[in-house]
Amino acid sequence: MLAMDYRGPKRVRVTQKPMPEIKHPEDAIVRVTRSCICGSDLHLYNGNVPDTRVGTTFGHEFIGEVVEVGSEVTKLKVGDMVLVPFNIACGRCSFCQQGLFGNCHESNPMATAVGGIYGYSHTAGGFHGGQAEYVRVPYANFGPTVIPEGMDPDDAVLLTDVVPTGYQAAEMAGIQPGDTVVVFGAGPVGIMAARCAWLFGAGRVIVLDHIDYRLEFVKNYAPAEVYNFKTDMQDPVLFLKKQTDWLGADCVIDAVGAEAAGDVMQTITGRKLLVQAGSATAVHWAINSVKKGGIVSIVGVYGPTDNLVPIGNVLNKGLTIRANQASVKRLLPRLIEHVQNGVIRPKELITHRIPLEDIADGYRLFSDKLDNCIKPVLTMPTSR
Amino acid sequence: MPNPMDKYLIDPKSVPGWGIDADPDNDPTYPMKPNRTDVEQQGYTWERPTQQPADVEILHSNERPNLTAVFGTASPPMGLSGMIRRWAFRWSENEYNHWLPLILADRVNVVEGVLEDIAHGTFPNIWKEKGYNASWKHDRTGLVLRLAAFTAVAGGLVLWLSSDGDKKKAKRQQKHYRGAYYEQ
Repeated sequence: MLAMDYRGPKRVRVTQKPMPEIKHPEDAIVRVTRSCICGSDLHLYNGNVPDTRVGTTFGHEFIGEVVEVGSEVTKLKVGDMVLVPFNIACGRCSFCQQGLFGNCHESNPMATAVGGIYGYSHTAGGFHGGQAEYVRVPYANFGPTVIPEGMDPDDAVLLTDVVPTGYQAAEMAGIQPGDTVVVFGAGPVGIMAARCAWLFGAGRVIVLDHIDYRLEFVKNYAPAEVYNFKTDMQDPVLFLKKQTDWLGADCVIDAVGAEAAGDVMQTITGRKLLVQAGSATAVHWAINSVKKGGIVSIVGVYGPTDNLVPIGNVLNKGLTIRANQASVKRLLPRLIEHVQNGVIRPKELITHRIPLEDIADGYRLFSDKLDNCIKPVLTMPTSR
Repeated sequence: MPNPMDKYLIDPKSVPGWGIDADPDNDPTYPMKPNRTDVEQQGYTWERPTQQPADVEILHSNERPNLTAVFGTASPPMGLSGMIRRWAFRWSENEYNHWLPLILADRVNVVEGVLEDIAHGTFPNIWKEKGYNASWKHDRTGLVLRLAAFTAVAGGLVLWLSSDGDKKKAKRQQKHYRGAYYEQ
């Protein structure tokens, strides 16, 4: 089968790999019909996540058709079309039992700080991902969800990560009716977080980024007030203080993570020298621009070592920080309802369709933000 | 006096779906565990799923006693990078000794990948793997500038190293001649 093949920082290709096999009685094999490149894949692509081994296939956003099931799989059958949450969860450990499906304790032996994630380095379990024609899906009784009748596959594939992550970002922000919500980052997750902030009753939604075409998109899609932090202001924190009557925003969402631009020191130490686990610019700004007693919600992905953040200000301002990988399975019923009712329209984020064979161009396009790219979807030779 | 911010404000009620998931209980004290059972207080006691057999070498964190019931089998540790990874896994996730060697192993692994390609009779198509076709199509100037900067830096480095070599060579020769002179 054809599959993406990581060869080193900013080097990927497509090669023929062996078909995935059932390794566990609760496994399924899925023929991938749609897959995406996620913003968090760029951390792997840039070589910023420890234990990213050459030969691994990335991809944690995918849907497809079940083509084989293990002996203990009872809730899926061959031929089912499924959307597969990006996090691998057993549904039985004490964390899964409490709805923390992004923190499963039975899916990643390599690190205890993160559950298993498809195609997201050995730090997240060493699983091959869905940027391939076929993929092994563990815990098939629990994770995969049959795509509801009539749902557009483009909507379904974005329900595996982007929509739940954006929604949970807004949920974790503890938004109360009338609150001012600031979102750092106008990538797909930031766009979705801004959209979902309204569902929780936000009174005002402000998005900051430095890419104009993305700001233009979120301005209309969410909708939101948008600002370019490179051209509209000198200091984003000071700007946001002025915008909020000098008090700060009620809730601030970091939807950027390790690749953040905007601060030379953070960029050099976090993205170039790798002496910290990515550039913490967004979370730094979030802590400093939220009001006293406010909430910072983090869904931007950082590495497992350390980051330079103003933790003293968290104490002195009495802030609450809430963060997690999205608990996709928990959120899916509500989000499917929202998509079916037209409250959320995920597929409008898709700007590019790229054949799997051209995946290196897809990564370059997305990474360098070329051709006004917001969300690239990969099309598979077996499902064209 | 009109508020200068008014022109930016969006009427929330005009946004489809506004407030439909509002939850007054979701303040910071609201538990993030939607089904709080405190079952973890009983320890590692849940009925574990069937254990996946380990048919390749799997390194596991020393912050857990065992392998998880399932795990990925992509790219088992091999070669020099594998040796570094095995060493790294002797340390907990709390230690730089765990993470920094893993980053080093990743870089070593890249070289191993290139050598492996060559051993299989192919040289990696760097232009294609780096996706430069997309850059050529959508950002030709940027690509040319980037390649020019890389060539200039690499060329300058080569020149500098070779000129340094020449100086050392000249110094050695000078020493040799001086020695020859004194010997006379």
